[in-house]
Amino acid sequence: MALTSPELQALEEQVPRDIARTVTRGDRIFRTLCASAAAVSLFIIGGTALFLAIKALPALQKAGLLSFFTTSVWNPTVGDFGVLGLLIGTIIIATVSLIVAVPLAIGLALFINEYSPARIRRVLTSSVDLLAAMPSIIFGMWGFFALQAPLVGVASWLNLHLSAIPFFRLSEPDAPLLRSSFIVGTVVALMIVPIITSVSRDVMAQCPRSQCEAALALGGSRWGMIKEVLLPFGKAGITGAVLLGFGRALGETIAVALIIAFTIEANPYVLEQGGGSIASLIAIKFPEAQDLEISALIAAGLALFGMTLLVNLGARAIVRRTQIAA
Amino acid sequence: MLERLFAEHRLQLEVDVDMSLLDERPVDETPVPEPQDQEPIEEQVPFRPRALVRSERVEILLSAAAGVTGSGVMCLLFDWTHALTFAIWALLIFLVSVYLLARDSQSPIVATDRLITTLVWTSGGIAVAVLAWMLGYVVVKGIAGLNYEYLTSDMSKVGPLDDGGGVFHAIVGTLEQMLIASVLSIPIAILTAVYLHEIRGRLAGIVRFVIDAMSGLPSIVAGLFIYTVWVLQGQGPSGLAAGLALAILMIPTVTRTAEEMLKTIDDGLRESALALGAPQWRSVMQVVLPTARSGLITASILGVARAVGETAPVLLTAFGSSSINWSPFNGPQADLPLYIYQLLRQPNPAQIARAWSGALVLVLLVLILFVLARVIGERGARVRGGSR
Repeated sequence: MALTSPELQALEEQVPRDIARTVTRGDRIFRTLCASAAAVSLFIIGGTALFLAIKALPALQKAGLLSFFTTSVWNPTVGDFGVLGLLIGTIIIATVSLIVAVPLAIGLALFINEYSPARIRRVLTSSVDLLAAMPSIIFGMWGFFALQAPLVGVASWLNLHLSAIPFFRLSEPDAPLLRSSFIVGTVVALMIVPIITSVSRDVMAQCPRSQCEAALALGGSRWGMIKEVLLPFGKAGITGAVLLGFGRALGETIAVALIIAFTIEANPYVLEQGGGSIASLIAIKFPEAQDLEISALIAAGLALFGMTLLVNLGARAIVRRTQIAA
Repeated sequence: MLERLFAEHRLQLEVDVDMSLLDERPVDETPVPEPQDQEPIEEQVPFRPRALVRSERVEILLSAAAGVTGSGVMCLLFDWTHALTFAIWALLIFLVSVYLLARDSQSPIVATDRLITTLVWTSGGIAVAVLAWMLGYVVVKGIAGLNYEYLTSDMSKVGPLDDGGGVFHAIVGTLEQMLIASVLSIPIAILTAVYLHEIRGRLAGIVRFVIDAMSGLPSIVAGLFIYTVWVLQGQGPSGLAAGLALAILMIPTVTRTAEEMLKTIDDGLRESALALGAPQWRSVMQVVLPTARSGLITASILGVARAVGETAPVLLTAFGSSSINWSPFNGPQADLPLYIYQLLRQPNPAQIARAWSGALVLVLLVLILFVLARVIGERGARVRGGSR
């Protein structure tokens, strides 16, 4: 409303004045202090990559770099390690969680930004923030004890009626359905909803209000406006938000470790008991691990680090580009 | 002080007057517009696809009734007993009938719009319902075991099947580790934010890139990092190691939020400070940061709230313990999430009941931090808004 007034808009576009500064010695010390604080983060990320690589080396040498990523075994006594199955399992769980989370999160973002009355909006933004602040162990416990029973019902229904889709098949008709990738994925989905919601809300809020109003003024319904103006505008940013959620889902540890029936091999039957992820491998095996196994766990952690780093930086680049364009 | 009281009081009076005006208005005016609304010929009323008139409200009510009865009948016929099954079918039938009724009485465009509106409202409902269900579940399961003894004893003398035992050692661990993590990470994070927003030095681009990378760092990887550079280097597991790992997780959260807060500070303040001859460091330390104080506190609390619930890094760095360890500098230490996790991995009802009570304590802690961040943040926003 305020933006439409021309004077205000001119005011906002005004470039901040540039001030010639004399840099005193105090300033120089202060700047060095801040720069070194900022450099701490650089060292942490660099150090993580470096030290994990060093400590992962023994296991990688013993098992062979290629076979570490192309086999599915975990045999610490012989020194034979391979995480292919867990890599696939990680991606399966993250994909299931995206399928559940994306519609919910985008619906929520639309609701908060476009649909909700002011009073409900406050309740809802608080709930989403609180959901983001909830510890993952609480999600895990709640998922294990409260959510499993109804989800098993959903899973058996899906299998019964939609088994034409390979995704919903079981290896044998009465395979156990508890502690499956599907259940874990759904719990993880609820954990990544807040991040997808808040980032896509920010992106959608950048859409010029005048365009949205023009669409409505031309007689478009609200959904027409969203479909033709808001979503095309926010497409790249929402993709980035979804990728950010994917990165979170890849690294989720404790909820997965609590719920899943852990297996080293990949389990292609999503609705069926058993599965695993790299992060849950580390959490489950670490307490009893000895020398070489610890090195193998660190190697797995390094793989996870690389994977999430790529996904996150890609996502941030996309989100940032849309924000600059706007 | 007096002036402010007076001003507030007068504000109150004005509001009162307004309210009374509002109260009177409907009595005089409501009978007038209604005949006007109904009388004019339909062509003159503009087509407004978003507005709901009475007949459409009736349609929605009808759909809701259809959903509830349809789903109820199905539950009775097929012997479904779970409340969620009922809710899902009721929702499906409701959506279909909303769509069909609107399509019948208006047009497919309106029908689609209404369907989407219903779906969007549903997603809002789901978010609130999930949160309420989760909080309610934790309270119901945990409240039974929560008493004075539970809060003040540890698990050192308790066998897995015994009564008693408690959470005290985990609370001590959590507090010490959070203190260490905060002391380490908050100054670094705020100075980084100052570097990014006030100084905008040469490294700013890279640092922002790295903060992005850190904010997506899986917590277990942070734990592994501290494990390799600290625990494996002869320091052994300790609360301090856990604090270091948690600090890594707090830095990006606090930096991001603090930078957002610095962005809200009016440039005029910085310029005034510089115009008075202050060097940049004084303008930042004595003008910008004090003005942003409440925002920075909010940022820090949000960082703490994120770190306090992390289990995985503590598992790798403090290892957990069943007895109290006051010293964060040597020996394994427990903390709340890890205490819950380790109890849950033992399959017996007594331990799981303790885990639920621990979960309740943890949730209460997170809630307190969350409300605190909200209250301080809102007060700060009001102060900043008022000073302009």
